[in-house]
Amino acid sequence: MAAQHNVQPILELKGATKTFGAVQALTRVDFRAIPGEVMALVGDNGAGKSTLIKGIAGIYPFDVGEVTFDGRKVSVTSPRDSAALGIEVVYQDLALADNLDVVGNMFLGRERVNSMGRLDESTMEQQCIDTLTSLSVTTLRSVRLPISALSGGQRQTVAVAKAVMWNSKLVILDEPTAALGVAQTRQVLNLVRRLADRGLAVVLISHNLHDIFEVADRITVLRLGHLVSELVVKEVNYEFVVKEMTAGQLSRVPGMGDHE
Amino acid sequence: MSEQQTVSESALIQSKAQQSFGQYMRAWWGRIRSGDLGQLPVVLGLVLICLVFQWANPLFLTPGNLVNLLVQAAPVITIGFGVVIILLLGEIDLSMGYTAGVTAVVIALLLRAPIVIEGVTSVEGFTVPWYLALLLGLLAAVAIGLVQGFFVTVFKLPSFIVTLAGQLALSGVVLLTVKGLGTLSMRDPVILGSTRAFLSPEVGVIFGVVIVVGYAASEIVGRNARRKSGLNAKPIEVIAIQTVVMAAAMALLVIIANQDRGIPVGFVLVMGMLVALGYLTTQTKFGRYLFAVGGNKEAARRAGIAVERIRLYGFMLGSLMAGVGGVFVLARLGSVATSTGGGPLLLNSIAAAVIGGTSLFGGNGKMSSALLGGLIIACVDNGLGLIPNIPADARLILTAGILIISVIVDSLTRRNQARSGVR
Repeated sequence: MAAQHNVQPILELKGATKTFGAVQALTRVDFRAIPGEVMALVGDNGAGKSTLIKGIAGIYPFDVGEVTFDGRKVSVTSPRDSAALGIEVVYQDLALADNLDVVGNMFLGRERVNSMGRLDESTMEQQCIDTLTSLSVTTLRSVRLPISALSGGQRQTVAVAKAVMWNSKLVILDEPTAALGVAQTRQVLNLVRRLADRGLAVVLISHNLHDIFEVADRITVLRLGHLVSELVVKEVNYEFVVKEMTAGQLSRVPGMGDHE
Repeated sequence: MSEQQTVSESALIQSKAQQSFGQYMRAWWGRIRSGDLGQLPVVLGLVLICLVFQWANPLFLTPGNLVNLLVQAAPVITIGFGVVIILLLGEIDLSMGYTAGVTAVVIALLLRAPIVIEGVTSVEGFTVPWYLALLLGLLAAVAIGLVQGFFVTVFKLPSFIVTLAGQLALSGVVLLTVKGLGTLSMRDPVILGSTRAFLSPEVGVIFGVVIVVGYAASEIVGRNARRKSGLNAKPIEVIAIQTVVMAAAMALLVIIANQDRGIPVGFVLVMGMLVALGYLTTQTKFGRYLFAVGGNKEAARRAGIAVERIRLYGFMLGSLMAGVGGVFVLARLGSVATSTGGGPLLLNSIAAAVIGGTSLFGGNGKMSSALLGGLIIACVDNGLGLIPNIPADARLILTAGILIISVIVDSLTRRNQARSGVR
């Protein structure tokens, strides 16, 4: 569906390159994320997926490469830069404080206070319920439960909801279903789809092709730090993607120049 | 799917619905049954300990002894407040006893009485105003917290080691300062009054009324704010019951105390600190960040919280409370000696916080746990003292046993809570 629309990408990388000492983690990778679409990012271990998202997030800025966000060339050199642009990353470890409740976590670092400097709990709770309801979050009984009382899927949901609450335009999810059971995986995938349907650009990193074929519109395949291909999900099947991941032709081979 | 969605979608919206009194009480009973006992076990433990000591010696529950007990508990409770703050961060401060000691020494030095032997003044007295001495003493405490916090946050050293070293250094400071002088006595009426003055019966009643009315008012204001935002709030009946229970407890306390010397000023100060620190930890950004840093440092860092600064402030605030505890220590004894701040003071304060239910592992705790735990410690101390023919060695061992039992009870109830997914 949305895959066919020719929409302006919100994020576009051209020639992203990153080395760690002698290791060439990324070699001139092009990447894009389009509003209203889920872009899956796949590749075997060591393919450069993490390096790519950490570059986008500003944790390890790219050595070389052009980043265009919302039509403007930008330089993202710290997590603060990416947050200011509206890029939110949900890492695998979720970064939630177990001892705080859902409201406390959703507003962590951005608490609402009244004129006296007192936490405005009613407003925060209200806004929290609104956000979760608008994402059709189905399993949470109360936003006053501590995170430690929630299941893995519910925690993932809270982490994602926290990321989208702040007018983000691009949400990057790192293996959101890796530790979840069947039913919880379903909830999270539904949520991922809903984010895209709301017009956000979503980047989904996953090892699970089943998940990807269920929610993604496009797939970017990386191998050994190189871009193999960008595929449209509807036009390919599992076998093809697996082949691309493990034995795909590298579009650009160092020393051989571009051959596109 | 869509049906399940609509059904559960309303679950969150339902969570906003107003509960009737009956619903609220059923939900509360459900929580109790599932093991979420809150501070109930601690309160029951306190009552039980009181009954046992009353049975051992009927003097225990006399007005005179209860007033003593409130005074006696003040240092441990106050230092315990500081311990709670440090424990919330998931750190430990082993130097708090001697931080209290140093504060006491500084104040005693500045307010010391002249020592006159056979008409010859061997040590000159000092006459700075009490508030200046108090300020300097507390500043010394904050400075200790700043230095230790600096080592912990900047050099990333474990607080256990830093404050262990701090404890040694500070005990040296106390020794060095007091050594040449023997004991250093102080007769400033204001400082001494912090544990030796009592409210007149009328003022005692006013104190009780202020506490109860203040509690009820803050509950009702909070309830109205939640209702205005369309969120569920405590039913008014529950607030009424809680207020009545609290009023009864306060009335009992005031009546008993007024039969003796009255409510101790020290207890009023302790309650004031409890309210202020309770507000700071639960109603402000700083308090929220204390919990966040103690719960998940990495999450706090990613949320943009200045983690190291919060930890540094935590150490300073903890030391400040230890310093205030030192003022009470000084006021009770009227003098400092080389041993001031040593002995069981530190461990009693840590035990108070932990018995009251504050976790040693960070992120979970309440200011009131220091109050309840401190009262338990004071009861044990005081109660054992009233039982004749218990030698000092047996007292130490008995105290240890009682502490262990109360922590076991706490950890068992906690395990139940974990099983029921409350914590």
